[in-house]
Amino acid sequence: MIEDSGTHVKVIVFQIKDEEYAVPVHQAGSIERVMPITRVPKTASFVEGVINLRGVVTPIIDLRKRFGLEGSKLDDTTRIIIVSMEEMDVGLIVDGANDVLDIAEEDIQPPPEVVGMVKEEYIRGVINSNQRLLILLNLENVLSQDEVKELHEVER
Amino acid sequence: MDTNQYLELFIDESKEHLQSINDRLLELESSPQDLAIVGEVFRSAHTLKGMAATMGFQDLANLTHKMENVLDGVRNQKIQVDSAILDVVFDSVDDLEAMVMDIADGRTGERDVDRVVTLLHAIESQEAAEEQDGATQSILQSNAAQEFEIDEFAATVLEQSHEQGLNNYVVSVSIRDDCLLKAARVYMVFEVFEAAGEVVQSSPAVEELENEQFDTTFQVLLVTSEESDDVKNKILNISEIDDVSIAMFDIRDYTQSQSANETASTIEREETPAALSQGNSKPQLPMEKQDKKGKQVANKTIRVNIDRLDVLMNLFEELVIDRGRLEQISNELDHNDLKDTVERMARVSGDLQSIILTMRMVPIEQVFNRFPRMVRQLSRDLDKEIDLQILGADTELDRTVIDEIGDPLVHLIRNALDHGIESPGKRAEKGKPTRGTLQLKAYHSGNSVFIEISDDGAGIHRERVIQKAISNRVISEEQAANLSDKQVYELIMESGFSTAETISDVSGRGVGLDVVKNTIESLGGRIGIDSDLNRGSVFSIQLPLTLSIISVMLVEVQDEKYAIPLSSIIETASVKKEDVMHAHNKKVIDFRGKVVPLVFLKEVFETPQTLEEPPYYSVVIARRGEKMAGFVVDSFIGQQEVVLKSLGDYLSGVFAISGATILGDGQVALIVDANTLIK
Repeated sequence: MIEDSGTHVKVIVFQIKDEEYAVPVHQAGSIERVMPITRVPKTASFVEGVINLRGVVTPIIDLRKRFGLEGSKLDDTTRIIIVSMEEMDVGLIVDGANDVLDIAEEDIQPPPEVVGMVKEEYIRGVINSNQRLLILLNLENVLSQDEVKELHEVER
Repeated sequence: MDTNQYLELFIDESKEHLQSINDRLLELESSPQDLAIVGEVFRSAHTLKGMAATMGFQDLANLTHKMENVLDGVRNQKIQVDSAILDVVFDSVDDLEAMVMDIADGRTGERDVDRVVTLLHAIESQEAAEEQDGATQSILQSNAAQEFEIDEFAATVLEQSHEQGLNNYVVSVSIRDDCLLKAARVYMVFEVFEAAGEVVQSSPAVEELENEQFDTTFQVLLVTSEESDDVKNKILNISEIDDVSIAMFDIRDYTQSQSANETASTIEREETPAALSQGNSKPQLPMEKQDKKGKQVANKTIRVNIDRLDVLMNLFEELVIDRGRLEQISNELDHNDLKDTVERMARVSGDLQSIILTMRMVPIEQVFNRFPRMVRQLSRDLDKEIDLQILGADTELDRTVIDEIGDPLVHLIRNALDHGIESPGKRAEKGKPTRGTLQLKAYHSGNSVFIEISDDGAGIHRERVIQKAISNRVISEEQAANLSDKQVYELIMESGFSTAETISDVSGRGVGLDVVKNTIESLGGRIGIDSDLNRGSVFSIQLPLTLSIISVMLVEVQDEKYAIPLSSIIETASVKKEDVMHAHNKKVIDFRGKVVPLVFLKEVFETPQTLEEPPYYSVVIARRGEKMAGFVVDSFIGQQEVVLKSLGDYLSGVFAISGATILGDGQVALIVDANTLIK
């Protein structure tokens, strides 16, 4: 919605390891502190489990694991960002929620060829905001159902 | 107009109207002289047509229109109701239903309805000769002047303007009868009037017009300097205007003729329904209003999406969890004011809880009311005489159950009509009344709802059932000898069993009663059969009031809590390690003479090892049909009622987990799908 209106995108900036990532604010429902997570057996390794989000059982993904890094250590700064995709809510574990920024559309650059560890298909673009480098995530791909299902098959 | 957001509402309301048409038509069949029923059918059809047209479903609107014409003929006593005509109307209702279903499935609702349309048309044309729209119109015009009760003030205005050489007109405007926003059209018409001159009076009064309390036609007294044709053309430019007629109005004629015409016009009004509603609007309207109001009071409801109720329920559960915590804290603190407040809150939230739960309850009527029509059709197809009795249609149960229970009931009713109740001839031979009785009965008892389908037909022949069961290898001969009557009757619901000698059109659809049984069991219910040879049979179904609350056994597997549905548990047991045997490299135990394999949940669920192995196993013996398995857990917590929640789309299809629930401490526990663990 906000993107359509023209030149600015509001994003939530969060930390994973040493990098800063961003998701559009309209895709984020809320930011939660860490709460007890119930493990769900036989799911993809990055599926941390489910939480009780105000009465709704909500799945939680560890973004570190999703990006192929070692799993998160939960502490005071750890946050769960609840994102909504196609009416389905999923929580993302991040190392810290840092900021909400207004990004000019023209500051979003296509993903560079080499982006280190994170697979390119998760990235929608790179934002250079006052010398701060943010990686704008493509949530559709981060949460891609197909891949989750494939993982199910493999693990069985 | 973007109509997508209204689509759901449209489908729901269309279904409701079709259902009410169905019901009323059945009533009409038994009392064909009751024109009030026709009126109700007509109104439903009319609303349906309007909605369909607005939503752009032209086929649906057209067919409804045709049906409406026939109904209109009936209403005006130009067509006599008989069952041939009703058959055609029922057929068109079927087509309309199919169209609405088509729309509900996301398609356009197009359908080949030529046959029905031709039939409807044939009925209609029998009476069409006499009916002349024009005739109605002319009566209207000649009587137009009498529609107004002109007070002194208005009369003075009219007289003065006449003297000033302005034109006084009676303008009669007809709005197309499929127009949905009549008030908006009226507004636009009045805009034109105001631009042209001044509206002295209108019939019905302006407020009534604004509230859409008129049929399709209204009249105004207009004072203007413009010519009648100009005014007429301007109004015709507004869309959805059917017709405009303008006549000169002379106030002096009016005062003279008023008293003389009084009697004559009343007679005409009674004859033409169109004139009736506009004609003597003054005395008529209050009555109509009252009528409507009475209905609204009786049925003051609001349509709420069930998802929203679910959200409300979720939030409320959270509140209940916090309430528990508050109660605990207030007990620890032992502060009187705090205690009082918490107690009051507990009471209020208890009331709230029961209200939220009852909000999801709907009368079983919603399912039952489609049966009279079905039974009517079936008894004709089968050439049987059936008297259908419905009892307890107001019994309420949760929406989730209502949605699931319809199909099994249809199956059982078909079965009763086809195999149960005999043909009139056979019944006479047996000395029974030729008319068979089928009874549908629903009632509450405890936390269950019971539905009974009983007939006074042939009953079940014990020996024949046993013969068939043996020949179909459902049971062995030794087993057959020891079966009670009830057990024998229940054999007909085993898979691989069908009592029908020949497959009939009605119930022989390739699925047997085993499907019914499975459906009901999957809903957490039970079905039983009782029968008396040549006296009839009773199928009784017991269902939980709601599917969203289930009883579970909470268990611990290492540090994790899981819930196992009680419906699949036989019992729990402690088994000493040395009693565990090995069969084919699998651990099994002897449970009442049966060899039952053990399933270690901590291995299935790959639970991180934290606890030392105890000297004995805690085992939950579960069953799936005839097969059993023992689930090994670390400890039992106890039995509990929990609210069933889904894991969501993202985690759908997780192995051996059928859902989740939220425990009293706010944490999530997973519900074990015992069926997938028993091989």
